[in-house]
Amino acid sequence: MALINLRLMAKQQTGTIKTVRVGGEMGLRIREMGLVPGTEITIQGRAPLNDPVALRVMGGTLTLRNNEADYIMVEVADPPQPPRKECC
Amino acid sequence: MQLRMALAGNPNAGKTTLFNQLTGARQHVGNYPGITVEYKEGFLRHAGTAITLVDLPGTYSMTAYSAEELVARDYLVNERPQVVINIVDASNLERNLYLTCQLLELGVPLVIALNMVDVAKSRGIEIKADILATLLRVPVVPIIARSGFGTKELLEACIATAREESTWDPRDLSYGEDLDTTINELVALIGTAGLMSDLYPPRYTAIKYLENDDQILVKGRQSDPDTAKKLEGIVSLSTEHCQRTLDVYPEAIIADHRYGYIKSILRQGVVSHAFDTDRLYTSDKIDKVLTNRLVGPLVMLLILFTLYSFTFTWSEAPVAWLEALFARLSDLIDGLLPDGLFKSMLISGVIDGVGGVLGFVPLIMFMFFGIAVLEDSGYLARVAFMMDRVFRIFGLHGSSVMPFIVSGGIAGGCAVPGVMATRTLRSPKERMATLLTVPFMNCGAKLPVLALLIGAFFSDNKARYMFLFTMLAWVVALLAAKLLRSTVLRGAPTPFVMELPPYRFPTLRGLFIHTWERTYQYIKKAGTVILGISVLLWALMTFPGLSVEEQAVFQGQREQLLNASQPAAAPVTVEGERKAAEVDPEEDMDASLGLRLAVIDNAEQEAALRNSLAGRFGTALESVSRLAGFDWRTNIALVGGFAAKEVIVSTLGTAYSMGEVSLEEAEPLTRRLQKDPNWNRVVAVAALVFIMFYAPCFVTVVCIARESSWKWAFFSMTFNTFMAFAMAVGVYQVGMFFNLG
Repeated sequence: MALINLRLMAKQQTGTIKTVRVGGEMGLRIREMGLVPGTEITIQGRAPLNDPVALRVMGGTLTLRNNEADYIMVEVADPPQPPRKECC
Repeated sequence: MQLRMALAGNPNAGKTTLFNQLTGARQHVGNYPGITVEYKEGFLRHAGTAITLVDLPGTYSMTAYSAEELVARDYLVNERPQVVINIVDASNLERNLYLTCQLLELGVPLVIALNMVDVAKSRGIEIKADILATLLRVPVVPIIARSGFGTKELLEACIATAREESTWDPRDLSYGEDLDTTINELVALIGTAGLMSDLYPPRYTAIKYLENDDQILVKGRQSDPDTAKKLEGIVSLSTEHCQRTLDVYPEAIIADHRYGYIKSILRQGVVSHAFDTDRLYTSDKIDKVLTNRLVGPLVMLLILFTLYSFTFTWSEAPVAWLEALFARLSDLIDGLLPDGLFKSMLISGVIDGVGGVLGFVPLIMFMFFGIAVLEDSGYLARVAFMMDRVFRIFGLHGSSVMPFIVSGGIAGGCAVPGVMATRTLRSPKERMATLLTVPFMNCGAKLPVLALLIGAFFSDNKARYMFLFTMLAWVVALLAAKLLRSTVLRGAPTPFVMELPPYRFPTLRGLFIHTWERTYQYIKKAGTVILGISVLLWALMTFPGLSVEEQAVFQGQREQLLNASQPAAAPVTVEGERKAAEVDPEEDMDASLGLRLAVIDNAEQEAALRNSLAGRFGTALESVSRLAGFDWRTNIALVGGFAAKEVIVSTLGTAYSMGEVSLEEAEPLTRRLQKDPNWNRVVAVAALVFIMFYAPCFVTVVCIARESSWKWAFFSMTFNTFMAFAMAVGVYQVGMFFNLG
């Protein structure tokens, strides 16, 4: 397992949120949408100019700008490849 | 029995659909007392109970970011509805229950409407409503808002809840040892001081203090400064402690525990997955194409262009009908009433003004219908997603793209629906910046002016210049937005955490209600103010009229002409003679007579216009406007352009007294302008720049005021005019310096 920044995740890569280090309005908005530690996310895609990013979270799709994604650290399978559906 | 209920829920959970399903057409839009935030209220009867249902704005939590959300939250505590329906999306239950948690903590009598059970089922998700109800200790009713399935049971559950519960029953969620201790400390203090206890349960207040909720902090300081100070002291100690030992903010711990609570509930057999949840939903498959890096933007351009041409081509005929209707009305009044001020006011002030506004109605209806389709289907969120990176550079939001395009991003739109389309923006500062800059776009009314001046001075490269001026509008609008966002609207960008809702087929009913609601607001509100301003503008261009002596001079000229051309004819009235001249155009003699009479009429109109308040204003401004190369005639036309930009052409026509100038055939005016020593290419560009960017027409101004405040409406008039003038002066001075004229 490796801890990486959400910005660095590849398309279709899945991981579990470890920390969300931001307070204030941004923190509240990020958290109320379900981006809290323990939540599993999958990168669904990026906008044409690589920013914002679209995530699959709890059965819905969220968008996030890269500079907002910077606050979020995600634990991903090591090496960072799209995980195959063979575990558990 | 009388019942007041409120409807709360996440955006995209089907709240509006349920509201429409329950109340049908029996809704009206009201204002919260004292502020301009609107709310929707609907009425229905069920089993002998008269129910008033208030539709609260969709929110993801009880944290209020905008005035609208704040008001929604206040509504719950101030008005104390007997039942709150919390609509949740069954296919996205976990996140939807976050708001539910907070409603439970507040203690409002709650009924959960578990919506879209059909969608969830198709995705292999089954929700056991009875288990959820037992665990949350509130009624849970599965519904399908689109079809109306389950709404009867929902209403029955609401009525039953209203009968049973008369007091609020706030729930206590645990936030972990550290925070619970702090919360208990806060609760004790709040309890003894009775701080805001008439509105909120003490524990709710305590949690809001820990979440640093601005409104609660301010309210607390107002109602009991001493206690508030103590509370804030405890909170800052706790915050420090959390950061030092756990390296997190208290609000993060709170959110984590709420989601923890939700997860623990869902794990107890509430949700069962029939098949793999990672399966690609239809919606995601569509997104693979529609938000694809290469294909996505192309499809978007195509869709936006289609919307655009749909709006403007389909509304063309009804707009023309309305115009014809008002023209006939004018003719009717013209025939019925004797010449005079009252008739002139009725025709030029009332009918032209109100007609101008109502003439927009079909356009607005089609535009809102188109936007409603894009919005309800979920595509608008994708547009925002794709365009955000570009618009962010200028301090705007991805969602700003729509208003810009509607206002004339592709030349020929209209700023009125554009301004109203900014409602889809949820971030206040970005919305204001969009609202204030969309009028810079080349709307349909500016096109005749562009066509006239480009035709007169750049006739060789019409298309190229037209395109150049469209691009210029975009550049200026975006730069102006950047300027506003770094000065009067300064502030960090609103977080873009946004939902991409699954694609859905919009319901016709929803589309019609959406469209009609917005159109009606436009008619009702814009109509009243605009009537007043229109009459005022008419008065400015009419009073004071020519003196008796001056009128006599023109009358003398006319009679002289008539006597000279028809010495032997029986005495006829001037009026009758002119009609004869029009009826019989084959005869050279009469035709030239009619033309010469028209020249005198125009000269009289020109003199009257120059003598009017607007004319005097234009003349007085000449010393300043000379800097940009405008003479008094142009100034009057620009004043008239405040009524509607197309008026510029006809007023220029009157001011240059060149016979009937209609929008279709601006030819004579073109030649007149070419010959006039005051005009040349540089003046034309300076005038175009000024016309494109100065004060929006008053219909737009009224709409800006309605969407924000009169303060911003006046700001937009002065800011735009000064900016446009500065640009026009720049163009003129530089152009003349290099002798480009």
